[in-house]
Amino acid sequence: MVMFTLRRFLQLIPVFFGATLLVYFLVFATPGDPIAALSGGKPMAPAVEAALRAQYNLDQPFWIQYGLYLKNLVTLNLGQTFSGQDVSAVIGRAYPVTARLAIMALSIEAIFGVLFGVIAGLRKGKLFDGTVLVASLVVIAVPTFVLGFVLQLVVGVQLGWARPTVSGAAPWNELLLPAIVLGLVSLAYVIRLTRASISENMNADYVRTATAKGLSRTRVVVVHILRNSLIPVVTFLGADLGALMGGAIVTEGIFNVPGIGNLLYKAILKGESATVVAVVGILVIVFVVANLVVDLLYAWLDPRIRYV
Amino acid sequence: MNPGAARTDDVPLLEIRDLAITFETSNGPINAVRNAHLTIMPGETVAIVGESGSGKSTTALAAIGLLPSNGRVSGGQILFDGEDIANASEKRIIELRGNSIGMVPQDPMSNLNPVWKIGFQVRETLKANGLAGANSKERVAEVLAEAGLPDAANRAKQYPHEFSGGMRQRALIAIGLACRPRLLIADEPTSALDVTVQRQILDHLDRMTSELGTAVLLITHDLGLAAERAEKLVVMYKGQVVESGPALEILRNPQHPYTQRLVNSAPSLASRRLQSQKAKDALAAAVAGLDTPLDDENDPAHVGKAPTDAGLAPSSVPAAPAQPVRAARPAPNGERKGAQAGETILEVKNLTRVFKLRGALGKSTDFKAVDDVSFSVPRGTTMAIVGESGSGKSTVAQMALSLLAPTEGSILFDGVEVNSLKGKALFDFRRRVQPIFQDPYGSLDPMFNIFRTIEEPLKIHKIGDSKSREKKVRELLDQVSMPASTMHRFPNELSGGQRQRIAIARALALNPDVIICDEAVSALDVLVQAQVLNLLNELQEDLGLTYLFITHDLAVVRQIADHVTVMQKGRVVEAASTDEVFSNPRQVYTQELLNAIPGATLLV
Repeated sequence: MVMFTLRRFLQLIPVFFGATLLVYFLVFATPGDPIAALSGGKPMAPAVEAALRAQYNLDQPFWIQYGLYLKNLVTLNLGQTFSGQDVSAVIGRAYPVTARLAIMALSIEAIFGVLFGVIAGLRKGKLFDGTVLVASLVVIAVPTFVLGFVLQLVVGVQLGWARPTVSGAAPWNELLLPAIVLGLVSLAYVIRLTRASISENMNADYVRTATAKGLSRTRVVVVHILRNSLIPVVTFLGADLGALMGGAIVTEGIFNVPGIGNLLYKAILKGESATVVAVVGILVIVFVVANLVVDLLYAWLDPRIRYV
Repeated sequence: MNPGAARTDDVPLLEIRDLAITFETSNGPINAVRNAHLTIMPGETVAIVGESGSGKSTTALAAIGLLPSNGRVSGGQILFDGEDIANASEKRIIELRGNSIGMVPQDPMSNLNPVWKIGFQVRETLKANGLAGANSKERVAEVLAEAGLPDAANRAKQYPHEFSGGMRQRALIAIGLACRPRLLIADEPTSALDVTVQRQILDHLDRMTSELGTAVLLITHDLGLAAERAEKLVVMYKGQVVESGPALEILRNPQHPYTQRLVNSAPSLASRRLQSQKAKDALAAAVAGLDTPLDDENDPAHVGKAPTDAGLAPSSVPAAPAQPVRAARPAPNGERKGAQAGETILEVKNLTRVFKLRGALGKSTDFKAVDDVSFSVPRGTTMAIVGESGSGKSTVAQMALSLLAPTEGSILFDGVEVNSLKGKALFDFRRRVQPIFQDPYGSLDPMFNIFRTIEEPLKIHKIGDSKSREKKVRELLDQVSMPASTMHRFPNELSGGQRQRIAIARALALNPDVIICDEAVSALDVLVQAQVLNLLNELQEDLGLTYLFITHDLAVVRQIADHVTVMQKGRVVEAASTDEVFSNPRQVYTQELLNAIPGATLLV
């Protein structure tokens, strides 16, 4: 188990470099001159322009630019934004907001997804099951930005139950509505996955044997059906954490959440390589670590799986 | 035997009266069981016998309230100790389960929850029935030890996947009997296990239930096993009880036509090799006045070695020493040019196969699945390889099919080393050696209709045009006694026996010389099994086929094989003619296998 964890962390190294190189190149290859954009299209003194280019290494060929970026990275210097702030400071402000948002979305998904999925699975073919199936299908079919705007308008503006946009500090209560929007599509998938898994396991031989032992219905469901059914759901949730961070771009845009989705979007528009690569790099790490946690959870849920 | 039993001897423990069970399906209700009746006295063992789909399991499951959700008792009574529990409340049934009625299920591999430790699964049984006191841990170990699990206290801390099939079944028996129920429902408790393990488990179950005075309702498809273990038999057919009474009486004097068929085709009770009609006629002719060298029959000089001397006249060299009729067989017709009975077609020499097992820390250990195995199969005969699971018999089959390369040793097919074949030569070899696998549900592609399934090998080998291929498929279906209309159906529309016929037709499509049957009848019901074995035997006679028959079931061997090779742990422990093995087994292991055939000791 220790060897397995260690090996997975070592795998992180090539994944990280590969991802940053790719992202750095994509930003480099994006058409448009970032310095020209910076000056707002007005003519700029050649000396100032040259100084700016030198400051951000934009006068160097691609490999040197990337090399210099990596050199800085080793010393934990993530570079500066075009407005002169340290990238690490900008990310340090934005990241906790997004992390909060993603954790709330993931919790909503996990709790309500499993709950509704279990009930639907146990009452397959009944009214609750049918309702949940149709509702989840609608949620999956409608794009997130449509759902986001509709909920913002109805819940935020018309009913006035929540602030339609999030304020600067992004407290928990204000993030609730965006978190629901962010987690809704995955919630629908979790419900369907849990339902399918439960109704499959309900017919397993060992469940019948457990019933034959004289166990109560509740115990059979909780002890013998649930744990086995959660194995595929956990995999989905783990992989979804990364998707939530990525999906945050749309949701954060709608609700004006000052998180990394917003930050990333603006940085891409400005061609700010340092910011884009740093944000994506962190996302890559989160993704890989989340997957590792899933694998370890897997082994805990299913004793047949042993890593060597 | 049980002091408690005497008291209540006149009141039945379980009485099923006019039971009807209906399943709601999308095609309307199906009456799975009608007018079923049976009586079990305290401490008595009663067996329900029948083929799959006969309603035997459904009847038993109704007695413990475990019908599938779409099934219900639609009529009749289930009286447990005088109380009608056919439509009892959920609460009452839960009270009865475990401490009044226990169950031992069929398949030990799927009946233990893989994510909980064995001890946990035993303890919760005790707990649910209010029997887990302060010392529940010791009690769990006791119960497991009673069921014959060695080192029970430590093994209770293990998960099911760390147990072998036999050990798991012992754990399930421990669970079933943990709360000392008065009735134990044993639903095919050993049919998923090896014969030798089967015997141990059944013996143990017998001993425990008679010590505890538990009545047993045994469900089985094996008539021999039922007769050996139960005092009374109930024979079910198509949802109805067709016959019931004392076991030996039914066996000796079956009244209902179905029971008669069942008794006649029970493999464990059959005593000799099947003979095709032609062979029977030939034998009759031989007996009528010809001087067939019958003395050769038991000549040990012929045992286990193939007479390869081509100079001998075929009539004096019976291909199968035990089978004088074989000498009288007409030469196989068609393209098998120069085919001669007695000529060795498949020869295996010093075959060894080593698998690398992954161990801890990247180390691997060698595992010899097949160790120095040699045998030869004369053309037109059947060689059976017998052994328990893990004996390496299927690995031999895979190597003989050239699906797996041997580590050492050689396989000669018609004198040519199989392992060295490549490209065209290998392609031609595949045409001449065909497999039939165990599971007809898994070995046919569900997306291919029957025509495509049988035609595919012809197409691959570019034989004929589409018209002649269709004709050939019709002929093949006819050969395996399936109507030509089957062509347009899909595997899921056929029964297990029908599917296996299709698998046989597919194997025959290329006119092979050798067919390798890997447990080809093990998954089939006895009656179907008998039909398929008969079919294989007729085909052998008509087409001069050679079979390599891999099986764990000695009862099947007796019906189909001329020679037997017994394997244990990768090695050949005994090789002889079938009669020799059955009448005079030389190895302890072979004797164990023979004794393990259920009903072998019954004198009918």
